[in-house]
Amino acid sequence: MTAREQILTGIRTALGRTGSASSLPAPLVAPLLRDPQLGRNLYIQVFAQNLEKLSGKVFVVPDGGAVPGALRELLRGKNAVASNAPFLKSCGVIGFEQVRSGFADREALRDSCASADIGITSADYALAETGTLVMLASPAEARLISLLPPVHVAVIPQSRILANLDELLATIPKPAEQTSSMVLITGPSRTADIEQILIRGVHGPGELYAVVVESL
Amino acid sequence: MPDVPTEQFAQTLADPRLQLAIYSATQRLIDHRAAAVAVDRLPDYQALRTRANEIKRHTIEHLDYYLEQLESNVIAHGGKVIFCRTGDEVADFVLGLAKERNARLIVKSKSMTTEEIHFNDHLERHQLETVETDLGEYILQLAHQRPYHIVAPALHMTRYDVADLFTRTLGVDKEEVPENQTKIARATLREKFLHADIGVTGANFLIADSGAVVVVENEGNARLSSSAPKIHIAVAGIEKLIPRAQDLAVFLNLLGRSATGQPLTSYTSFLSGPRRTGEIDGPDEFYLVLLDNGRTKLLSDPEKRQSLYCIRCGACLNHCPVYRKIGGHNYPWVYSGPIGAIITPQFHGVAEDSWLPFASSLCGACAEVCPVKIEIPKLLLKLRSEVTEAQRIQGSGALERLTFWLFAWVMTHPRVYRMLASLGAKWAPVPPKVGPLKKWASTRELPRLAPKSFHQLWGERRGWP
Repeated sequence: MTAREQILTGIRTALGRTGSASSLPAPLVAPLLRDPQLGRNLYIQVFAQNLEKLSGKVFVVPDGGAVPGALRELLRGKNAVASNAPFLKSCGVIGFEQVRSGFADREALRDSCASADIGITSADYALAETGTLVMLASPAEARLISLLPPVHVAVIPQSRILANLDELLATIPKPAEQTSSMVLITGPSRTADIEQILIRGVHGPGELYAVVVESL
Repeated sequence: MPDVPTEQFAQTLADPRLQLAIYSATQRLIDHRAAAVAVDRLPDYQALRTRANEIKRHTIEHLDYYLEQLESNVIAHGGKVIFCRTGDEVADFVLGLAKERNARLIVKSKSMTTEEIHFNDHLERHQLETVETDLGEYILQLAHQRPYHIVAPALHMTRYDVADLFTRTLGVDKEEVPENQTKIARATLREKFLHADIGVTGANFLIADSGAVVVVENEGNARLSSSAPKIHIAVAGIEKLIPRAQDLAVFLNLLGRSATGQPLTSYTSFLSGPRRTGEIDGPDEFYLVLLDNGRTKLLSDPEKRQSLYCIRCGACLNHCPVYRKIGGHNYPWVYSGPIGAIITPQFHGVAEDSWLPFASSLCGACAEVCPVKIEIPKLLLKLRSEVTEAQRIQGSGALERLTFWLFAWVMTHPRVYRMLASLGAKWAPVPPKVGPLKKWASTRELPRLAPKSFHQLWGERRGWP
């Protein structure tokens, strides 16, 4: 008997089942997804407050054209890698000479991310109540851009801010159908493993910026 | 009570630095949790706990069904599922794969399941370099120690311990500032991440309807382990299942808050299969290793199987008056504290380390803070009676049985009782600081018996002779 059969048989015996097939379980209650209590008009403000509590920084700009202006200071004297998201291109982020983008090769992307000061991405959603960025991996959004550089900047349309995790899972009930990797980013990389002292930027970025575009 | 390693405990109790470390770390975690689940911050906290318990019960009672559902969904997303009965089988699988792919270096993110099966030792024996990348776990790997706590593995070490350790093992100059120590670890481990052939993670949840693993962390090392190398292997106990992605709303709202007081940890990764067409990075191969290692044994008892609901938040450790004194390493297995006291005897048999279920004052703090409502005190009592029963069958505990038999005989013979009571009033308190009661008496004062017993006083009132 294979390990698989042995484990499944062991489970069935332990649960007192007869027969060798799994039976359809009694129906499970519907998922508990709480309705958002937060007014939509407050999403940007609450998102910004919560991300800033985690030492992140939020810029709110009126439209896509104002994004480069918000980033200019941050990018001065630094080199950055930006994702292939069309949204970033339309906002003019790719226009900076110190921003490299358009990667298609894994090794080239990884090496650039490992030496870049800043990684710039879009975000698919944000969660106001926890100050969270939600990123779905795709050909337009590689995983390492928001992970290897010491600073992560995410640009996000205002309409993509949701109240909380419950609303996210109501919006995308089965993330696996859309992506191989959905990551919720709530604040910078951190640890408290030595004497419970909070330190940011362990393996991921120690600084986190979100640019919210109001008109989109 | 069965043999308790009291000398071992005494060492921990006599170390003021260690006592302070345990006490302050657990207190901080207690405070953070309390603030995060307070009624103004999470009004439906109790409803979430009840729901989490219901979902876990349902899943565990239909574990076979959901495991098969999980398996077919992992395969549908291009991953492979490997069932393993033991830790040896996990090691054999990883070694076999490493050999096939000519892999030399494995990066690993924190996982209690791989700690449980001594994963690193297995692989190192075969010259496969396996590097822990969680800062606390990295420190412990360098120090050759096991985790002191489920979520704060290096809780017992100070920055000075870390400074000495880094100098000794990494050859760096002495560095006593935690921020700089973290930078040293970051730089060393960054190289490992970029050159690793295989990344191994655990899983906090397995999602049956998605074929996905969910990994919760703060440092980013689990994200790196699962996305930088070309092969990602997730190792998880079969009990980590939940039916639907949407059930995460309940569990993620509880896990971070119960563990560290965070509404959500820095990173929550929901991973299903290898990278898909057009994705620039992410693993080419995804393996989910499902480990039994004794879990099916726990299933057969309808009451005790709730031990498998545990989501490893560590809240019961922080709130346990016993853990807070004796710390993590006095427990015989990687799982310490109240949850360790109930699962260790079930995994290893009640005969081994049989003192464990007795290492509790039954105060109930653990059950009160458990996010999935495991009835830990009830299970401790059940295990105690199993230990006692096993010892009775073995024929040990004869002295205890004789004592109780004598006690019963005295209590049912009033004349004998009265005679002994009046003797006791004259002679007591006899401090039995020698003999079998020595240990017990060394920490207690016996109360002085009243010169006249209740019986006598009552008799005098009633005019008894």
